[in-house]
Amino acid sequence: MSDVVEKTLTALPSLLSLDSQPGSAKLSTNSKLGSLIRGITELTSKHEEEKLIQRELSSIKEQVSSPNTTMRQMKELMVRTIYCEMLGYEATFSYIHAIKLAQQGNVLEKRVGYLAVSLFLNESHELLLLLVNTVLKDLQSTNLIEVCMALTVVSQMFPKDMIPAILPLVEEKLNHSKEIIRRKAVLALYKFYLIAPNQVQHIHNRFRKALCDKDPGVMSASLHIYLQLIQENPESYKDLTASFVTILKQVVAGKLPMDFNYHSVPAPWLQIQLLRILSLLGKSDQSTSEVMYEILDESLRRAEMNHNITYAILYECVKCIYTIHPKSELLEKAAKVIGNFVLSQRINLKYLGLKALTYVVHQDPRLALQHQMTIIECLDHPDVIIKRETLELLFRITNDQNVTVIVEKMLDFMSINKEDHTTADLVGKVAELAEKYAPDNEWFVETMNTVFSVGGDTLQPDIPNSFLKLLSEGFDDEEENKKLRLFAVNSYISLLQGEPSKLPQRFLQAICWVLGEYSHLREDVEPDLVLRLLVKLLNIKSTSSETKSWILMAMTKLCSGGAPLSVPLEVSETYSSSMDTMLRQRAQELQYLSQNPELQARVLPRGVSQEPMEVDSSLSFLDGFVSEALAAGAAPYKPPHQRQEELSRSKALSLEPYGLSLPISMSSCSIADRQSPTLLSVSSGLSGDRTDHSHKGGSTTLKLDGVRRVWGKEGYLAQRESAEETAPVEAPSPLQPLVQQGDGDASYSQTPTPIPECEQEKQQLASSLFVGLASQSSVCLMGKSEQTSQRFRRKLKDPAASFPSSTQNPLVSPPSSVGHLLLDSSISSDLISSPEQTHLSSVDLTVANGEVELPDRDMKGIKSTLLREDSALAAGSSPHEELDRPKDSCLTSHLPAELSGLPHSEITPLCTSPSLDLSSCHVQKDDSLVLLVFMKSSSDYDIQQIQVQVTCEELEVSCVCDSPVEELKSHGVVVCQYFLTVKSPSVYFVLSGMMSHQIPDNSLQETQFSHRIPLTSFLRPLRLSTEEYGTMWLAFSHDTKQNLPLMMDAEEPLTATLKVLKDKLQLHVVEIIGNEGIVACCLRQDQPCLLHCRVHAGMLAVWLRSPIPELPDCLLYHCQRALQES
Amino acid sequence: APMNLFMRMSLTTHSFLSSFHSHLCFVISSFQMQFMLLFSRQGKLRLQKWYVPLSDKEKKKITRELVQTVLARKPKMCSFLEWRDLKIVYKRYASLYFCCATEGQDNELITLEIIHRYVELLDKYFGSVCELDIIFNFEKAYFILDEFLLGGEAQETSKKNVLKAIEQADLLQEVRGLTILIGCARELFGGFTP
Repeated sequence: MSDVVEKTLTALPSLLSLDSQPGSAKLSTNSKLGSLIRGITELTSKHEEEKLIQRELSSIKEQVSSPNTTMRQMKELMVRTIYCEMLGYEATFSYIHAIKLAQQGNVLEKRVGYLAVSLFLNESHELLLLLVNTVLKDLQSTNLIEVCMALTVVSQMFPKDMIPAILPLVEEKLNHSKEIIRRKAVLALYKFYLIAPNQVQHIHNRFRKALCDKDPGVMSASLHIYLQLIQENPESYKDLTASFVTILKQVVAGKLPMDFNYHSVPAPWLQIQLLRILSLLGKSDQSTSEVMYEILDESLRRAEMNHNITYAILYECVKCIYTIHPKSELLEKAAKVIGNFVLSQRINLKYLGLKALTYVVHQDPRLALQHQMTIIECLDHPDVIIKRETLELLFRITNDQNVTVIVEKMLDFMSINKEDHTTADLVGKVAELAEKYAPDNEWFVETMNTVFSVGGDTLQPDIPNSFLKLLSEGFDDEEENKKLRLFAVNSYISLLQGEPSKLPQRFLQAICWVLGEYSHLREDVEPDLVLRLLVKLLNIKSTSSETKSWILMAMTKLCSGGAPLSVPLEVSETYSSSMDTMLRQRAQELQYLSQNPELQARVLPRGVSQEPMEVDSSLSFLDGFVSEALAAGAAPYKPPHQRQEELSRSKALSLEPYGLSLPISMSSCSIADRQSPTLLSVSSGLSGDRTDHSHKGGSTTLKLDGVRRVWGKEGYLAQRESAEETAPVEAPSPLQPLVQQGDGDASYSQTPTPIPECEQEKQQLASSLFVGLASQSSVCLMGKSEQTSQRFRRKLKDPAASFPSSTQNPLVSPPSSVGHLLLDSSISSDLISSPEQTHLSSVDLTVANGEVELPDRDMKGIKSTLLREDSALAAGSSPHEELDRPKDSCLTSHLPAELSGLPHSEITPLCTSPSLDLSSCHVQKDDSLVLLVFMKSSSDYDIQQIQVQVTCEELEVSCVCDSPVEELKSHGVVVCQYFLTVKSPSVYFVLSGMMSHQIPDNSLQETQFSHRIPLTSFLRPLRLSTEEYGTMWLAFSHDTKQNLPLMMDAEEPLTATLKVLKDKLQLHVVEIIGNEGIVACCLRQDQPCLLHCRVHAGMLAVWLRSPIPELPDCLLYHCQRALQES
Repeated sequence: APMNLFMRMSLTTHSFLSSFHSHLCFVISSFQMQFMLLFSRQGKLRLQKWYVPLSDKEKKKITRELVQTVLARKPKMCSFLEWRDLKIVYKRYASLYFCCATEGQDNELITLEIIHRYVELLDKYFGSVCELDIIFNFEKAYFILDEFLLGGEAQETSKKNVLKAIEQADLLQEVRGLTILIGCARELFGGFTP
């Protein structure tokens, strides 16, 4: 008894103080926590604190493990432990006791127990399993507070595998009479959906019920689930659009209870959540977007108050408006909102304005132009965050005219920035811009020098890689190549003559490579001088051994130039006894090759043309050796990633912070998007152990397949040309702000305001920064400002462009954008090749601007074939279009006999001349594709000397009979056959052709045409065994990964999905095991592509690999399309 | 067996999913909050809530770096920060900094208002809240946070409802306290009813 009394008496003061003010157990001065806290504040040093806490913890440890400790005391102890953990001291011993407290305590003790569990453990912690029973019990409790606590902890963390145990109970709670329970149950299900989507698939209609809940709290909780579901698969939820719009209407109109108001704005969180959902639903879907225009307008109108929360809503509205199918009135209003943000004096709004501007600048470059002076001011803003965001914006509007100014600004920023992450990001961006838009060699090399020096060794490896690749591959113009290389050599020699010890290792490695390859271009410099510079570098203490390998290799190359041998011999002498095996090998090579000029010339030929060498990346020549070793009992090889995984698996728990690695922010540029985890791609690093590749196969070419092709051969030149072309247009008077020309739209044209003298400098900067934007903006409002297909291609693989909604044209659905750009480039080639077809092409050009539906209608001929042929071929049936097109049926009979049994595409008209109609179709043979061109005479007289030429850059076209058709009888039909094989894969192949024939008056008549064939027509199943597949997989270095939609409604989603792919694309399904499947196909026998498919989070995670660089991407496009259509 | 290889490979999908963002991809982005930290002007951590699973080491590192970065900022500066891949939104209330991390796509202003609403809740509960309230009753601050944000998402935005939930749980405490009081009074005064 006395024990109880004592405890009660000590509890009295705090209990009494509770009475007056609920919730404020103000400074419980007598509590042990209180004294601990006070004890800590009195301490003066970190060391003392450490001692105190350790003492505290050991006393706690003793007490928690004592059997006499009551739950009440345990609760108090747990609070203190939480405090110690917060200070950064580990108390792992207490975790189990936290679970015990949650299990055994009464309601209040339980509450602390659950809190401690949620703070101490994360969802992969093994102790969490012990909580399952407790949760189970509490979910069934009659005490609402206990049920709430259980649901709260479940919504934060729960072992994935144990979900089925509690799922029925949680589901049941969806019908609970108390809204707080229903709400928490919805959030718990949301959590389950996030960690194990398959587990909650069956209750999707329950989510709908939650959405219709009469309590707004439950309804808004269900929106979290919907946002996630819609993000993954917008198509399935289009029917809910009207409901979401209605809800938003009611919220905006203030129909919700007053408690949901926040600073007199009705339920802002709910509004924002709904706007996010709407933007996902309306994205590239005109009819759905139309449903929401009214409410968006209304939201914009209502959000008038001058408070952060209204701005938050406005910002979300703007994002939504720019994401969904555009409507000009709304866009105008959204543009005004962005303008207000940018011009705002409040720094947070200004920041958001810049961010919004960055999103929309591709769609609407004029907006940036309008605010150019503000942007310039932001560049000099004292807050680096604003500066940084401004640079991001500038990065997006860079073109070949403003590149130098923008890069200069970025480099300026880097020189003051201290943060590594930002530097790495910016360096990557500068390198990207330099490669894309470099105005001249000198600038390019110097900028790259800065990139290397500033980026230091945190530089992403693909930057030096692509730089060296660029130097080695060069462009078509040999003279230009030589100049660039020479300039680099000059620049590096002078750098090495300075203080090379300050340069980062990666830079030194690049320098060595360049000097080794190209220093001979400088005739006035003796190889000896270069050798001495390299020796100097070798002797610097800070030079890493990897760099030393590079130096030795460079020396090896230099020796072939007949340089005196004393230096290399001396060096090789020193290093051939090095402890570093790599270094020793290089030294041996140097020694051997320098003394044997003949071998040297063979191994390291100089000045050989830039033919890419074949790298046997599967190392098949070692097979014999390997099998011998295996027979002798050696362990089979495991690639590094596999080893690492096994290692991490043996530790059982993956504590990898995947949550944090998920967000690749829109700012994280480009880098390393294709590094295959197997490290098989020759390219993925410049590390020393892979240097042997370049060495082994001859020094002239670095085989860098798999590195992004950033600067295509034509790319650079094209840029330069366009720079010259636009040059006369640009040259604006520096004092005049750039207003885009000839636009009547009043809301956009900016009236030039009188400029004060002091502003002149800024104006000048503005004109150099925003040059080129004006001309771009004369493209239609929604048009992409991107102009060259080369840049498009880049963007494709560029995570920097990954911001899903706004950097893209809302008209373009992301999955089909590959199609457009390829279409775009192919069409422009049509334009060149066939002046007669300009009218057609001009329609097509809208495709480039993003509208894909239009050409569907206008190019019925070609497009419809494509679609139908896919299915016709898949079914293996003969064409079934005869009914619609009686004209074709007569041509069908002209199919050559040997091809008649094979599947063929619909016969479509190619072109018509006054006397001849050309049609074509393609027939799939097992090993190739045959293009048939039907020539049907429509004239009353015979036609002489008909010649049809068909060409395509990506295809090898061989004609069965090269000689012209001598004569075509009146109203007769002749067929020409062309065998097509793929040279380099593309999503669509566009064949251009020219037909000429003589008309009776003996003059020659020429007609041009084009024909488009999708990649799918070339695909053939590749029949493999699982083992063969396994070996091939490892050997291929080009890969792409992507999530594709899964046929969720089918009984076995994976099998159903793969069947669609198999039927539509003629793939071969090798094997399906569990939730994984492997699939193979090829273009020709030597052009295979392997797919590894896996069900993950309700999606089909597809990983494609092939030895052909472009193939995975192109095939992926068709897979995506096939799945979308079905 | 080669199939094993693929099983293992599938384990890596997580990392490739995260590193593979292109606009071809259906980017699964979440608007979920990643973590929330409360710390004093002296850099002492007062509250930490992590909505993403991280190791303790990682948490400590993030906290240390972030506290340093935020404290170094001047008062008139922007409340948003880009830090690693995250967007940090912070605000100072008296001597206490409230700091949230979200993903880059999120709407920074609404995060700022989430902080503000949380402060309002604390204020209402403690009655003009000060740092000391949170130091000495940090578990209460956690309870309030859990009623407001659950698993990184706004759970209940009505101020009234949040506080009602907390007070109901608190009330149990008092009732229980009183029962004990009555119980021992009985024992002390032997049979008298108070």
